[in-house]
Amino acid sequence: MKTVEPHVDARRMWRKFKSGAMMTAAVLATLLTLVPLFLVLGYLVKQGVNGINWAFFTRLPRPVGEPGGGMGNAVLGTLEVVGLASVLAVIVGVGTGIYLSEPGRNRSVANGVRFAADVLMGVPSIVVGIFVYAVVVRPMGGFSALAGAIALAVMMTPLVARTTEQALSMVPAELRESALALGIPRWRTSLSVVARTAARGITTGVLLALARIAGETAPLLFTAFGNQYWSTSLRRPIAALTVQVYTYAISPFEDWHRQAWAGALVLTAMVLVVEGVVRSISGRGLRTPR
Amino acid sequence: MAKIRLVRMSAYFGRTRALREINLDIPEFNVTAVIGPSGCGKSTLVRCINRMHETVKDARVEGDVLLDGENIYGPGVDPVQIRRRVGMVFQKPAPFPTMSIQDNVAVGLNLNGLALNRGERAEIVERSLRRAALWNEVKDDLGKPGTSLSGGQQQRLCIARALAVEPEVLLMDEPCSALDPISTAHIEELVLELKSQYTIVIVTHNMQQAARVSDFTAFLLGGVLIEFGDTKQIFTNPERQETEDYITGRFG
Amino acid sequence: MLSPNFGSYAVAPSATAQARTKRRWQRLKMGVPAGELVFDGFTAATALITLSLVVAIVVVLAISAWPALVRFRAGFLVGTEWDPVNEQFGALPFIYGTAVSSLLALLVAAPFGIGVALCLSELAPDWLSNILGFLVELLAAIPSVVYGLWGIFVLGPFLRDAVEPALARYLGFLPLFQGPRVGVSMLSAGAILAVMVVPFISAVCRDVFAAVPDNLREAAFALGATRWEMVRLAVLPYSLSGIVGAIILGLGRALGETIAVAMVIGNRSVISASLFMPSTTLASAIANEFTEATSDIYVAALIELGLVLILVSLLINVTARLMIYKLTAQRFTR
Repeated sequence: MKTVEPHVDARRMWRKFKSGAMMTAAVLATLLTLVPLFLVLGYLVKQGVNGINWAFFTRLPRPVGEPGGGMGNAVLGTLEVVGLASVLAVIVGVGTGIYLSEPGRNRSVANGVRFAADVLMGVPSIVVGIFVYAVVVRPMGGFSALAGAIALAVMMTPLVARTTEQALSMVPAELRESALALGIPRWRTSLSVVARTAARGITTGVLLALARIAGETAPLLFTAFGNQYWSTSLRRPIAALTVQVYTYAISPFEDWHRQAWAGALVLTAMVLVVEGVVRSISGRGLRTPR
Repeated sequence: MAKIRLVRMSAYFGRTRALREINLDIPEFNVTAVIGPSGCGKSTLVRCINRMHETVKDARVEGDVLLDGENIYGPGVDPVQIRRRVGMVFQKPAPFPTMSIQDNVAVGLNLNGLALNRGERAEIVERSLRRAALWNEVKDDLGKPGTSLSGGQQQRLCIARALAVEPEVLLMDEPCSALDPISTAHIEELVLELKSQYTIVIVTHNMQQAARVSDFTAFLLGGVLIEFGDTKQIFTNPERQETEDYITGRFG
Repeated sequence: MLSPNFGSYAVAPSATAQARTKRRWQRLKMGVPAGELVFDGFTAATALITLSLVVAIVVVLAISAWPALVRFRAGFLVGTEWDPVNEQFGALPFIYGTAVSSLLALLVAAPFGIGVALCLSELAPDWLSNILGFLVELLAAIPSVVYGLWGIFVLGPFLRDAVEPALARYLGFLPLFQGPRVGVSMLSAGAILAVMVVPFISAVCRDVFAAVPDNLREAAFALGATRWEMVRLAVLPYSLSGIVGAIILGLGRALGETIAVAMVIGNRSVISASLFMPSTTLASAIANEFTEATSDIYVAALIELGLVLILVSLLINVTARLMIYKLTAQRFTR
């Protein structure tokens, strides 16, 4: 009844071996991929932790050669620019997301918008910088915090739009239909029932997008530009942590390199804390759209 | 003689127990139907017989399942080998979309290295398609994609695919639930023809179908095997009150 | 508040209250036309902004680059001389550097990205997949300036002192692996880009794999396939175009990555066969030179580099997105 021919048995061993080998390769690829993560984080902590002190958050940068100083203005600047960018991106992005899943639901123009948002995510960040330079910086006559915020908002909007749409599409259709069946107008259904149900998902998406753009340097280079002094004015250049780290990293000065590591550590910590907290709260399977 | 014997077999999804200490002897060269209300564990039961249950995350099986007296959950038993001996057809026909009709039939042969030359392969493809009563409809279109067939034809293609590797047992998990009445009739006829060569276990939610095609019937309720016996006896003179309630349509 | 309960009044309401409730209910039911209009109008306007941004970016760049476009014409794309002082602007070294560094990155990132995605969605148990997936997402979250910093001070010296000598010893007969070793190089840029693109490709591949119907996987297993055979039979053929799309999308990201590359590539606008030599890319050149550009034609030439970059990016993104939509569209957009 059960006659196993030798060549079949050998083949079975070979198949099992091949399967095992391919799967081992996949696991190895994953582990190897994670090596740089730990290396980067390890070096950040090792090189950066000594530069972190009270002065880092409260003082201005000092000229080369003078010890001490900090990046207080850059931390503040990043918060201001990212904050303003988020406000702009939430207005446009959430609006777009709602349009895609509610009024625009069955219209072909929604496909165009969706496609445009996806393509916008792939626009190189430096190009966004040039774009905002041409439409904001030049007409305003100079670099400004506002221009920086607009540049980041352009990058953030498609992320917010797509996560919002996804969050809304997860609301069960029955909920929408039963609200409509009660005689509630469509727009109130969309806002008070659907959007409210999806609010958590939308917030998550906004926070993840925020963490993503807080680390952007290229769009700020010729929009926010950077500033060695305290400034919160929207009409003037403003310092940002990323730009400061970049400037210091490519400088030839040992002192500045130390500061760059400290700045990078703070920046990464800010980004990863938001990312980590959001992900651990909203659980499995969550991904930033790409 | 019992081809398959379940001995105190329980199945779990994580912490939930889907099947509770099932004892069941499935006779060779007969059709055994598994019936019961949805969620009673019918599908899980057959998926335990070819070790498909464990492909679901966090799922596990306790107890023994003996195939020709050998425990398929015994140490060192390769689930891949078991699945070659115990073929399966699913609720929704699933031909591989990128493959032609003949490749779909031959895919199991290729995996197992059974058909070595082209002639042999073509022969087995034809034989399997004939046994699945599909040959006459597709013999001129063997190169067409499997997904170009109608739903009923796709299901028969999947049956041919399962038969090509010469299994000893054929498990069918509600094979007609996605099909129209005519295709269903085709499949039922097929089941009656195939039982002379294979041991067949068919899950169905359709009691008429169970009565039409099966020799023996197992009735499951809430993960427990309530009654097992000759189909005629189960449908005309069940021993248990629950069975009677179910087949007379009082619930489920 | 949306569904007023009419069923159970303990006390009969007064006539005015009844009328008021009725009016409110009528208003709710009929819908305030203004509300509908404002809601539709506002969301449509924001959608229009999103829609028009891509077009606006291309148009604005084209206008800003106009002086360079009309002055250098097609010569811009094939010229190898980049000499702002003498107003000689040829973009070929930048195009070459962008292409080579990105392809170098993909050579590593594509197999790794697919491997990671397979590991996470087809292989690892849920709990492990969650942890590893989380870590891979963190890899994507690290700012590019931080990668650049690490590239300058850790990866670059490591490549120079350990990897490049080995490559030169064993593969030095190839022009790719000849020349001085300075720490900033095409190889550094390719390596840092690879690290940055892997999580990207793996994330898109995971979405694509998630769109493979489960019944195909089951069918493969039921035929006696091993896990790898299941992947080969059910997962890979079904998701092939999505995988290609993911790789192309990854290429798009690599082409456009600016800061990390600018920090490690050395920014030298010379075409050299050697991967050990400094090079430059479209994006990094703009980042480096834009604020130093003194003449209008220099600025216009830099913007034209940006125009080249975005046109290539658009082409890549549109192609890749369409390939991926085919597979995942049913899931996300109904």
